[in-house]
Amino acid sequence: MVRLEKRAAPSRVWAYLTPVVAVLLTMVAGGLMFAALGADPLVSIRTIFWDPLFGEFAFYYRGQLLVKAGPLILIAIGLALGFKAGIWNIGAEGQYIMGAIFGAAVALAFYPLAARWLIFPLMVIAGAFGGFLWAMIPGILRTRFNTNEILVSLLLVYVAEQILAWMALGPLRNPDGAGFPGSRNLRQYESSANSELIAGWGLHWGVVAALIAVIFAYVLLSKHLMGFHIRLTGESPRAARFAGVNPNRLILFCLGMSGALAGLAGLFEVAGPSGQISIDFNVGYGFTAIIVAFLGRLHPIGILLAGLLMALTYIGGEAAQASLGLPAAAIQAFQGMLLFFLLALDVLTNFRLRIGREARV
Amino acid sequence: MDFGSINPVLLIAALLVASTPILLAAIGELVVERSGVLNLGVEGMMIVGAVTGFIVTVETQVPAVGFVAGALGAMVLSLIFGVLTQVFLSNQVATGLGLTLFGLGVSALMGQQYAQMRTPVSPRWEFFGLNETPVLGPILFNQHPVVYLSLFLVAAVWWFLRSTRRGMILRAVGENHDAAHALGYSVIGTRFAAIAFGGACAGLGGAFLSLVIVPQWTDGMTAGRGWIALAIVVFASWKAWRVLLGAYLFGGVSVLQLNLQAAGFAIPVELLSMSPYLITILVLVIISSDRRRASANAPASLGRPFHASG
Amino acid sequence: MTPLFQIEGLTKAYPGVVANDDVSFSIGKGEVHALLGENGAGKSTLVKMIYGLVRPDSGTMRFEDASYTPASPHEARQAGIAMVFQHFSLFDALDVAENVALGMEDPPPKKTLAARIREVSEAYGLPLNPARLVGDLSAGERQRVEIVRCLLQDPKLLIMDEPTSVLTPQEVKILFETLRKLQSEGTSILYISHKLEEIRSLCDHATILRLGKVVGEAKPRDVSARDLAAMMVGAELKVPQAQPHESGAVALALKHLSVASASAFGTPLRDVSLELRKGEVLGIGGVAGNGQDELLAVLSGEQRTTPAAVELDGTPIGALGPVERRAMGLLAAPEERLGHAAAPDMSLYENAALSGWLRKGMVRGKLIDWKKARGFASEIINVFDVRTPGTGTAARALSGGNLQKFVIGREILQDPDVLVVNQPTWGVDAAAASAIRQALLDLTAKGAAVLVISQDLDELMEISTRFAALNEGRLSAPQPTRDLTIEAIGLMMGGAHGMETAHG
Repeated sequence: MVRLEKRAAPSRVWAYLTPVVAVLLTMVAGGLMFAALGADPLVSIRTIFWDPLFGEFAFYYRGQLLVKAGPLILIAIGLALGFKAGIWNIGAEGQYIMGAIFGAAVALAFYPLAARWLIFPLMVIAGAFGGFLWAMIPGILRTRFNTNEILVSLLLVYVAEQILAWMALGPLRNPDGAGFPGSRNLRQYESSANSELIAGWGLHWGVVAALIAVIFAYVLLSKHLMGFHIRLTGESPRAARFAGVNPNRLILFCLGMSGALAGLAGLFEVAGPSGQISIDFNVGYGFTAIIVAFLGRLHPIGILLAGLLMALTYIGGEAAQASLGLPAAAIQAFQGMLLFFLLALDVLTNFRLRIGREARV
Repeated sequence: MDFGSINPVLLIAALLVASTPILLAAIGELVVERSGVLNLGVEGMMIVGAVTGFIVTVETQVPAVGFVAGALGAMVLSLIFGVLTQVFLSNQVATGLGLTLFGLGVSALMGQQYAQMRTPVSPRWEFFGLNETPVLGPILFNQHPVVYLSLFLVAAVWWFLRSTRRGMILRAVGENHDAAHALGYSVIGTRFAAIAFGGACAGLGGAFLSLVIVPQWTDGMTAGRGWIALAIVVFASWKAWRVLLGAYLFGGVSVLQLNLQAAGFAIPVELLSMSPYLITILVLVIISSDRRRASANAPASLGRPFHASG
Repeated sequence: MTPLFQIEGLTKAYPGVVANDDVSFSIGKGEVHALLGENGAGKSTLVKMIYGLVRPDSGTMRFEDASYTPASPHEARQAGIAMVFQHFSLFDALDVAENVALGMEDPPPKKTLAARIREVSEAYGLPLNPARLVGDLSAGERQRVEIVRCLLQDPKLLIMDEPTSVLTPQEVKILFETLRKLQSEGTSILYISHKLEEIRSLCDHATILRLGKVVGEAKPRDVSARDLAAMMVGAELKVPQAQPHESGAVALALKHLSVASASAFGTPLRDVSLELRKGEVLGIGGVAGNGQDELLAVLSGEQRTTPAAVELDGTPIGALGPVERRAMGLLAAPEERLGHAAAPDMSLYENAALSGWLRKGMVRGKLIDWKKARGFASEIINVFDVRTPGTGTAARALSGGNLQKFVIGREILQDPDVLVVNQPTWGVDAAAASAIRQALLDLTAKGAAVLVISQDLDELMEISTRFAALNEGRLSAPQPTRDLTIEAIGLMMGGAHGMETAHG
């Protein structure tokens, strides 16, 4: 009989090892899933994890890596701050949408004025503000009325999606678009375009912002008093109150920060890779970022790596779709599996497996 | 704008139908939470129930088998949650979220070949002609069997929690799992049973959606109903009969807004479509603002992991 | 005559510690048998094995001349063994009858059960109302629920784990009468405690445990409390010494303080007034759940009040938070070590920073100097003799006594002007407890004012200059400790709680 025994202190080795083992186990289980779908498991795994980086079309896929990883990392960093403190913002998708709408609205308001020095920074501020504002709704409801932030932030995703549809069909619709839904293309408007900084790398301002966010979060969590208080609140809310942490301020800080970062991600996406506000603008980065945050152990550097890996599964998934005919949804299930393995293996950080006859009833 | 096209009797009859998936999911989650477990994967379990129910009905052409399959499919998914949170002691919030993400992916994967298909329609009960009664007939005596089943389940859960020894043990486990363990009750066993029941209910609700309400399979068709079910459990203060009230409130809002859309009411369609979510948030705010009452009603061990030490 | 219950060579090991090592003793029919030992001596593990919660590694148990190997508490109860838990096995949101039913193997229908509860509880002088929610009961009444639950099953052996730690002296008297009545009816009782006088007045026989081993047996009535203590601790104890000094000006004052409790089943504070003087220890006694946690929260700043309700050196501070209060010299150490005074999974140096960053100058420009935090943690470890591999060890890895020394040391080494502590030696071994008490006395010698909230009356009698008691959120008027009798203290604590409620 196998039983669990609480470790005296969390194991550092396993804290680093679990994500790696989880990825390996997911590859095995994913291979089985792909085999069930009629694809060669080894070929599918290679197509997803190897070919985009080193295969024939790597020149195209490598650029896509940063494009996909940028928003994932940016959002996940914000979420991780909250998750560390036990504040569950799971509505990043909605904040991402609102950031895009706010940023795009600013750009479209100035169209066709040529003043990038003014318009692009204003868009960045508006994007962050849009996400911040949307995250403040669960924040204020939680601090003022004790309303569960998990449910409110999530329900607001559906509201944001409706606003997005309304904007794409109504106020922000391209007047020169022959009645098609969707806004003007911001990438083709010189003042608002978030284009690649180095051709072919996929490195746009959003990726730069993501890197800055990683460094900022690293310093915050390891050195800053606020970061210490965030960790303390997550470990033990009562001890945090005793230490003098104001829980309401902390909730607003974490939600506001994650909202602003998600909003930024939305803005950089709408002004860059996506280019326009449209009904299907959002593709679930806000939800995948939850997996990224956990896979990265809520640690900024870990999130950087996890974001890149998760971006790889997106790109590899596309490649597998094209070359092997694997359905797009397979990759979503694959990502979910990864989270399960990670959560299951997490037990080894705090517990030791004992195999012996002495089983507890 | 034409209010005349909205028939109040049909509206109420439709309300009962529209509320049923949420009612089923919520009554299941209520049992789960009363045992001290927070399963945020209701949305994922519902959608898996919807897709398995649909597929099996297409393949067998028997809706009843489809409903059972939907319940079983979601129950299997809920047991993943059970193993992770009860055996591997994973964080319940994160695992529940994972269940939803995984469920959405798996359901899309399973259902991709079934997107355009139709299923046989299962007949409504007619109660020996009572359905011909004006007003009450269409509302009370001409519904789908699962609608009656959902009402029966609410009553059964209420009775189970209030009057049976097993129900009392379940409440005890949710209230103080350490004490329940010290008295010799199986905390993990009780919770597993509750989680499986919650999964089956959510799956049944999902299957009702894909087999009766829509009735078709589309990706992500639950559209947040699982989350609304979670909100309704909070709204209900963990009391069975109040779940009924919450589900019908939500059903009323969604049916009404659909009727308003159909009647061409001069409000943007998107605003009407978001109203169920906004109302749910509003209701949550009202119910949770009374801090002391809200915390006194919640099961005291809710969301806390249990590990029997020494 | 063969004994009712017999233990032979019972052994149970956990990784790194042998909780019980070859323990043997026996209990006769109608005997009250004491199991005596310090915190950590292995009493709880032993009891869990008897009650079927833990299985022994080796050794045998016999009950009524048959081999006894309970796989679960259900089997223990079926055999005729009942247990009253130290940390109550009760459910706040359920009513008394439901709580009783959960502890029985085959409870009668609810109505019959309610009648039986009334009947049995009256018969043994422990009145209870079966319809009340357990969360609304006092600690003494809650224990009655546990006892009545056991009595309804007519146990042959009743195990009581530290039953008096939550009772007023008057309630202890009632409990002892009940136990003697049970004994006269032929029930055997295994009575677990570390309170020597109780054991001497109640028990026929005592088995003494130290570090998991039986180190002695005695007839408690024939042995002095001092000798029993020596057997239990294994050495002569140093009793804390107070340096004689005068109490000075008022350092901390509460003025007509009334606050609702933050938790659903908590106790509100009602019109509490007190004055704490420099150089004195003011002891606040009372049974658990009478407002102790709330009083600490109000003083530490976790719970804000109107500004004037709390005064420090004449300055109103009721609206200030913990950080501002620390800056002014008012420090606190809460009762719960893990999860309140310290974060379990964080290292000792992080826990040193938890309350010490301000006064120990660890933060400059909002950035924490972790080197200074490590330095402060080492200082605490050295001065207070905390046994730990290093400052990087997680708080939860320390034993109760060591962590308590760390937590109290952390506050004392910040040179407080006023220190408030709740249950400073709860669950701590005797040597550590004596060291902590001495440190508190030394602090007053330097002119600081110390407020000790505790449920251990002996401790309060030993170190406090004046004594007051909390009862249902009200504070009695403080009295000089040396003039107090045990009866007077009991009355300050509220006498016997709720003895009238069930009659009315």
